Amino acid sequence: MAGNRVLTDTHMDVLKEIGNIGLGNAATALATMVNKRINMAVPQSRFLSLEELMELVGGSEEVVCCVNLRLEGDVPGQILFLFNLESTLNLVDMLMGLEKGTTRELDEMGESVVKEIGNVLTGSFLSAIGTMTGLKLLPTVPMFATDMLAAVLSASLVAGGYVEEYILMIETLLFEDQEQIRGHFFLITEQGSLQTLFSSLGLTL
Amino acid sequence: MELSKGNAEIQVGIADYKVATSPHRLITLGLGSCVGVALYDSVTKVGGLLHIMLPDSTQFNNVTKPAKFADTGIPIMIEDIKRRGGNPSRLTAKLAGGAQMFSGLDEKFVLNIGQRNSAMVRDILCRIGIRILAEELGGNRGRTMIFDTSNGQVTIRTIGSPLKVI
Repeated sequence: MAGNRVLTDTHMDVLKEIGNIGLGNAATALATMVNKRINMAVPQSRFLSLEELMELVGGSEEVVCCVNLRLEGDVPGQILFLFNLESTLNLVDMLMGLEKGTTRELDEMGESVVKEIGNVLTGSFLSAIGTMTGLKLLPTVPMFATDMLAAVLSASLVAGGYVEEYILMIETLLFEDQEQIRGHFFLITEQGSLQTLFSSLGLTL
Repeated sequence: MELSKGNAEIQVGIADYKVATSPHRLITLGLGSCVGVALYDSVTKVGGLLHIMLPDSTQFNNVTKPAKFADTGIPIMIEDIKRRGGNPSRLTAKLAGGAQMFSGLDEKFVLNIGQRNSAMVRDILCRIGIRILAEELGGNRGRTMIFDTSNGQVTIRTIGSPLKVI
């Protein structure tokens, strides 16, 4: 994994651009779904330790909802969407056409709504990247967890077999106009996946 | 892994351990499938808290953090406890974590890692001869573990439930 950390600024810019294009597409899909304007903050891509990642999202004990999809195809890896609890409840309200504040806790219905959002976001992200690179990127069925950030994050990394000291993250913030939705998106790649990604764009690693 | 001064809580990160003496408290946040191992010598009041992620280091060829694994983490923490004046033969254990956090499990994900972590920790402690006084393992909730070295009490914090002392 250490070898992957010798990425140049150009490589990092490319990853950032991939995040931009993919998430731009995903934000549009989400906006269509909830019939609201969805903004996307400029993503960053860098190597993070688990601790740094948790600080970025908001602390170890913050309650978050996490949709987790494994990637198959040419670029094996994992996709994580993290929303804090309030944002999740707001998303459910928007999608179900309910007044903001109606949903107070996440029941089974809410859970499947969030999973579906994860599906749609991932699908549109991947199709944008697929069109750009010509690579085949296939998501699997989403998994869901809601609990303390540290518990959810460490469990999903371990479950996916990512036990490296540092993980490459393409981070993006999705938010709605009044900041009612704040989400983090992470693409975690397996060793070798990055190389495939770069060479499809004519870059060597 | 320094012996801390002052009375504040000493935080133990993921894949890390800390050793402290009374009256300090050791805390580790958000155990999911990870397991927290609190070892305590009630006579000298030396205690250690370990936060492991995986059961078995022999499955990996490049182990840089021994505290990440049950098989390597427990022995190094015991060594450290010994250096701080704890007696390994007096140590007792309290455990928490090992949950299954995700629903809608995809069968290609490494399954039951929480269960495997729990089993490995129990097995290692049994082999070394350390008695487990209490445990809060399994289920599907994340747990925060607070270990008070003045009395050996471990407090478990979960979202939406009252504190539980074990």
